[in-house]
Amino acid sequence: MGEPGTKELLSLEDLEATSRHRTGRKHTLSILVENKPGVLTRIAGLFARRGFNLDTLTVGPTDDERISRITLTLDGALHPIDQVTKQLHKLVNVLKIRDLEPSETVARELAMFKLAADGTARAEVMQICEIFRGKVVDVTKKSITVEVTGTTDKIAAFERMVRPFGLVEMMRTGEIAISRGRGET
Amino acid sequence: MRAVDAVMECLKAEGVEVVFGYPGGANLPTYDAFVDAGIRHVLVRHEQGGGHAAEGYARATGKVGVCLATSGPGATNLVTSITNAMMDSTPVVYLTGQVRTELLGTDGFQEADMLGITMPVVKHSFLIQHPLEIPRAIHEAFHIARTGRPGPVVVDMPQDLSRAEIPYEPVMDVHLPGYQPTTEGNQKQIRQAAKALASARRPVVYAGGGVVNANAAEELTALVRADRFPVTLTLMGLGAYPAPDPQFLGMLGMHGTRAANYAIDEADLVCCVGARFDDRVTGKLDEFAPRAKFIHIDVDPAEISKNVPAHIPIVGDAKQILAKLVAEYRALKADSSRLEEWWQRIDQWRERHPLAYADSSDSEIKPQYMIEALHEATGGDCVVTSDVGQHQMWVAQYFPFTNPREWVNSGGLGTMGFGLPAAVGAAVGRPDKTVVCVTGDGSVQMNIQELATCATDGIPVKVLIMNNGYLGMVRQWQELFWDRRYSQVGMGTWPDFAKLAEAYGCTGMRCEDKTTLVEDIRRALETPGPVVVDVRVTQEENVYPMIAPGAPARDMVG
Repeated sequence: MGEPGTKELLSLEDLEATSRHRTGRKHTLSILVENKPGVLTRIAGLFARRGFNLDTLTVGPTDDERISRITLTLDGALHPIDQVTKQLHKLVNVLKIRDLEPSETVARELAMFKLAADGTARAEVMQICEIFRGKVVDVTKKSITVEVTGTTDKIAAFERMVRPFGLVEMMRTGEIAISRGRGET
Repeated sequence: MRAVDAVMECLKAEGVEVVFGYPGGANLPTYDAFVDAGIRHVLVRHEQGGGHAAEGYARATGKVGVCLATSGPGATNLVTSITNAMMDSTPVVYLTGQVRTELLGTDGFQEADMLGITMPVVKHSFLIQHPLEIPRAIHEAFHIARTGRPGPVVVDMPQDLSRAEIPYEPVMDVHLPGYQPTTEGNQKQIRQAAKALASARRPVVYAGGGVVNANAAEELTALVRADRFPVTLTLMGLGAYPAPDPQFLGMLGMHGTRAANYAIDEADLVCCVGARFDDRVTGKLDEFAPRAKFIHIDVDPAEISKNVPAHIPIVGDAKQILAKLVAEYRALKADSSRLEEWWQRIDQWRERHPLAYADSSDSEIKPQYMIEALHEATGGDCVVTSDVGQHQMWVAQYFPFTNPREWVNSGGLGTMGFGLPAAVGAAVGRPDKTVVCVTGDGSVQMNIQELATCATDGIPVKVLIMNNGYLGMVRQWQELFWDRRYSQVGMGTWPDFAKLAEAYGCTGMRCEDKTTLVEDIRRALETPGPVVVDVRVTQEENVYPMIAPGAPARDMVG
């Protein structure tokens, strides 16, 4: 291949496009931000105007009071995640972003379920609760409130189990996640 | 000293010689500080004009522009300029006054949540919460505005904090842990790009405003001339490569040349430098350069693969990267003869489809001729600013820019009313240069009050109004895509721009005759002070060639 005198240095045909592909799985982004006014608005605004959909978002302090951690989850089937992280990185108050590998991460969410369960139903609920290592945090004559901690899947499974008993309300915190092993998240 | 006096010290330390602004209640302390600061202040007649003047200054000089406004309406009047600066990556620091801290959140007089309003359109913003933060915030604002991909930064200063006494110590360094733009470019990627260029049979270099921002025009030229690479520029990039050069194909995109658009369409390799594959460039995205692989050089990593997936991404400063790329490419000693066939194809397009228009056979002034006349009268030696619409496209097509920073227009946002105040800023920043604002009878009226600024401050801007009595570009679209059902595009015959100019203290002229046009423009350029020339051109003329919105580049019409 090639004309006389021209060395074929690489084949353009073989060049592959970078990124832009959709992974198709859920992503958990762990973001360290400066604890300054408006930071959350900047992030929420960025997601809104770029058309990125958040599934969950949690914000909390870290061991350093100048820094907060935002954990958010989003669907990698809908968005090119690298475009999301690159846009986030442009925010001056964003210090660090990690797209956590599911296998390298412990992720938890807290949920509370208020159920209209009395009599025998209540006993059944408590049994299910035990299986899921949940905790009863409030009881009245007409209701029982249960706290469950776990992965998003576990909480979804618990919801499926108790919904038939009359789900009055459900509250979920959204996921937080920490990397496995000694290294920092 | 007072915090506002510290602000003046900070501005001086940043090398600021001139600011554009408008005083009001919430920035009274700042304006008090100006009395003794020894920094030139240009009093505009509308805050939007101040914003665009600061942009024009920044674009024409490469320095950071500075604009001041008071709280509330003063600040909100800046929003268009801030958005414009964001879209066109222009470094401007906006210092806005804010109501006293005790009034914040109470809907106080002239209170507006400037931080909130501008959040989507700034590179970064600061709301001062303590007077001690002020000096550092100012320096950080300049640093952020100037470095990486340049952009607008807002510093919102509550009035009470700005006049507080603080112990001022010069800030020597800026440290922003969350802001570390990449500059150098990955050497391996650069080598890969050089090899790809050497292997390409149908390469095109496609460069944009990023090259101008990076002061990399010389390096771009070196790359293009390192071989016989065809080069095309975006609207924002014009001047980054000398237009009269045979390797220049003209602008690409919606109103680009056929040669440029067809070359991209058939290219096997597109080397994009400091451009962002905007929809006005690509036309139908899926069919943009369908046969090409892409090298993408940009200082903003988020631009890489945003619209078009890059095969060889290189993040960093175009000036540094291009210099290295040229060296790598030269070392490969590629054989230029491989491009022979490609040039034959390109030359065919150029021959068959040159930029052309049907000139009038009488004294009627065709708008395209008006731009050619301007070029003839100036010899090309001037800074041209423009507004938005047909006249802007005709300047882009018919004025062969040879140097960067001599073409100042509103690209990404397409802001009518940009041209005149931008010319004010450019003229203040480049007193050595003739500054011409080419505008339309629609656009000019969106910030015409700045003629008073020109007259009062003796800013010798030459304003050429391409007057066709229409909002020409909208009329063109109604003609082409809406069955010629003209709706609200006729501008009538008023005002009399020559008289209006005189009323503003400028020289007013009118020209309706093609045969005297060059001479009339010359006379305008030689007349001291600001001059307005009302040029009556053909009323219904269309900008061609054109890619219809959403159509692929190869389907150009006209």
